[in-house]
Amino acid sequence: MAEAENTFRIPIGPIHPALKEPVRLSFQVEGERIVGVDIRTGFAHRGIEYMGMRRNLIQVLYLAERICGICSVAHPIALTQAVEQAAGIEVPPRSQYIRVIISELERIHSHLLWAGVAAHELGFDTLLHLTWKVREKVLDILEELTGNRIDYAIPIYGGVRRDIAPDQYPKVQGTIRYYRGLLDELLDTFLRDPSVEARTRGVGVLEPEEADALCAVGPTARASGLAKDVRQDRPYLAYGELGVKAITPRDWGLVPRGDVYDKIVVRLLEVGQSLGLIERALLEMPDGEITSFPKIPALLAHLKKAQGEGLGWHEAPRGEVIHYVRLEAGVEEPVVWKVKAPTYSNLMSWKPMFEGQEIADIPIIAASIDPCICCMDRVHIVRGEDETGMAMEELLRLSRAKTQRILTGNG
Amino acid sequence: MSGWHLVWQAAAVMVGSGVVGLVYKGLDRKLAARMQARVGPPLRQPFLDLGKLLMKETVVPRDAVGWLFRAMPFLAAVASFTTLLYLPLGPFPPILRGYGDAVLVLYLLAVPALAMALGGFASGSPLATVGGQREIVMLMSYEFPLAVALVGVVWRLRALEVGPAFSLATISANPLWTAVGPLGVFGLAILLGCLLVVTPAELSKIPFDIPEAETEIAGGLMVEYSGTYLALFYLADAVKTVAMAALVVALFIPYGIAAPLGVKGVGGQVLDVAFFLVKAFVVMFAAATTVRVAMARFKVDQVVRGFWLQITAGAVVGLVLLVLDKAVMG
Repeated sequence: MAEAENTFRIPIGPIHPALKEPVRLSFQVEGERIVGVDIRTGFAHRGIEYMGMRRNLIQVLYLAERICGICSVAHPIALTQAVEQAAGIEVPPRSQYIRVIISELERIHSHLLWAGVAAHELGFDTLLHLTWKVREKVLDILEELTGNRIDYAIPIYGGVRRDIAPDQYPKVQGTIRYYRGLLDELLDTFLRDPSVEARTRGVGVLEPEEADALCAVGPTARASGLAKDVRQDRPYLAYGELGVKAITPRDWGLVPRGDVYDKIVVRLLEVGQSLGLIERALLEMPDGEITSFPKIPALLAHLKKAQGEGLGWHEAPRGEVIHYVRLEAGVEEPVVWKVKAPTYSNLMSWKPMFEGQEIADIPIIAASIDPCICCMDRVHIVRGEDETGMAMEELLRLSRAKTQRILTGNG
Repeated sequence: MSGWHLVWQAAAVMVGSGVVGLVYKGLDRKLAARMQARVGPPLRQPFLDLGKLLMKETVVPRDAVGWLFRAMPFLAAVASFTTLLYLPLGPFPPILRGYGDAVLVLYLLAVPALAMALGGFASGSPLATVGGQREIVMLMSYEFPLAVALVGVVWRLRALEVGPAFSLATISANPLWTAVGPLGVFGLAILLGCLLVVTPAELSKIPFDIPEAETEIAGGLMVEYSGTYLALFYLADAVKTVAMAALVVALFIPYGIAAPLGVKGVGGQVLDVAFFLVKAFVVMFAAATTVRVAMARFKVDQVVRGFWLQITAGAVVGLVLLVLDKAVMG
């Protein structure tokens, strides 16, 4: 970026209170106005795909769950679909409904979490505490249904690991009622508060054309008015029967402007949409098996024989997740496992959103795409002043050399 | 009055205001936490914070302008303490009443903010530089309504001819509410409202904490300060809270309860001091704590627009009402 006159550079990150995860944003500012931004990623690469390609598929499933602590069912769902496609595994209808229920509960918890973070970035901590307090209820019901508040370990290739028992239905319905009563209040607190409105209206605008050109996904794209939702465009699981429609600010009677306010609107309305989906899924859920492979060894044996490739997708709270796997007969581990997290698609929309805004808007704009850096991150190497990408062989060689050094005590 | 007497009193005010400021800070944090459905820190937390900061290593960045960076925390703390020496505290008139008046208090209140901004600029950090710019802009925006409010009160007092009008001792000895007509009461209420809006800005509390804005510029002015220097700024902030509350009390609610209750002597003084502390706390609670719980942080341009247009307009209306009141009352 060329240094213009009267500007100076503000480094935000890799570690900064406005960012919950490491990413480096370097801003060129003129007074309080941002004239340019440089985005650098690569500080949180964890090599999960590499690790997955050295483990059997059951282990990969648990690894996939740990790609993101918040979308902890989105990644396994995308992965199971990819593997089921590659290995030709049937999925019983009841388990598809259970997957839908868990992923919609996850959407509620993720959006409430985001709303709290957004309030904090605006300097409105009271709203953060209130939002996170009401979020507890959905975590409680997830614990009731799956045994865990996060990392639910619910999907498995060919079904789900736990059924939802009829005596649990009233508890889920109770939670839905709790949020129904609360949703209007939440919408009111977020969308009619003058100080929130003053800080988010016209801030971080992403024009529909830009959202389209930069391939934005999820609420980021929907807030700009693009009716883009994997659940609607390529129905999977039970979403085809439930009939999901993408939510845009038009559903709240607004002309989409693509600013941060619209993103709050979309996310909060999606909480309401998820409530409806869970309610209907509970009612329409058919009886029957929950998995086509009740025994894990049988499943592993089937997967080992499988050959082919598969693509799985899911509308995670942040947008579209895609997993690609290629299996080869006789090999336990996936030969290729490729994950594309929603933040990867949304990251570039930061640039038009930041430019022309003020320094004070940086945290809320950065948060507005709900970034999940560690889901997205790719490797980034800095050696002195020189920054270059590296091939896998070179990285492997370096890593082995280091292990050798440590082992021989020359570390 | 003898010199030693003055020193003794000043020392008492310094220690007392430090303790009271930190207790207020603790109460503020506890009450704000309760309002946010949290438990909050123990009441003595600010004392623990201060103690911890004093024990910590003090780092001066390599790029800093050393002497300026080191001097500013002391300047901020000293200016905050000095402000209190010019303010009436409960039953006691200002300790340095012969040496300065309300205008000096205005200047002294600006000094800690300026010291922080200078310290931030001197630290050489780009984040602190942004914070410093914001602090200066804020200072320019809220000083005007503050001055208008003060001048309004003083001008009306002068017309009553009860003594040197700019002296805070005179101001607090002659509550204006009962001395003016209905128009004047209305005008005074508007000025009090403006002053209560200026208070959180003066103290850099949400929604006006933009020079420090943790999520935006990582603590801004304070980003490079640590250890003893940070402790001094912390203390200066606590004392400034007391000073600002004392100013509002002196200008608008200077009443005591000992005289109406008929308590005399030392008992009466203790009662009045306690009542003063309660009044100052109520001002702090109403102007800073509740507001900071209920609002999001503003942007600097929004603050400037708000203070220069709405709040200044309000203060001027209050002033005009006081002038009209004088014309009516004669």
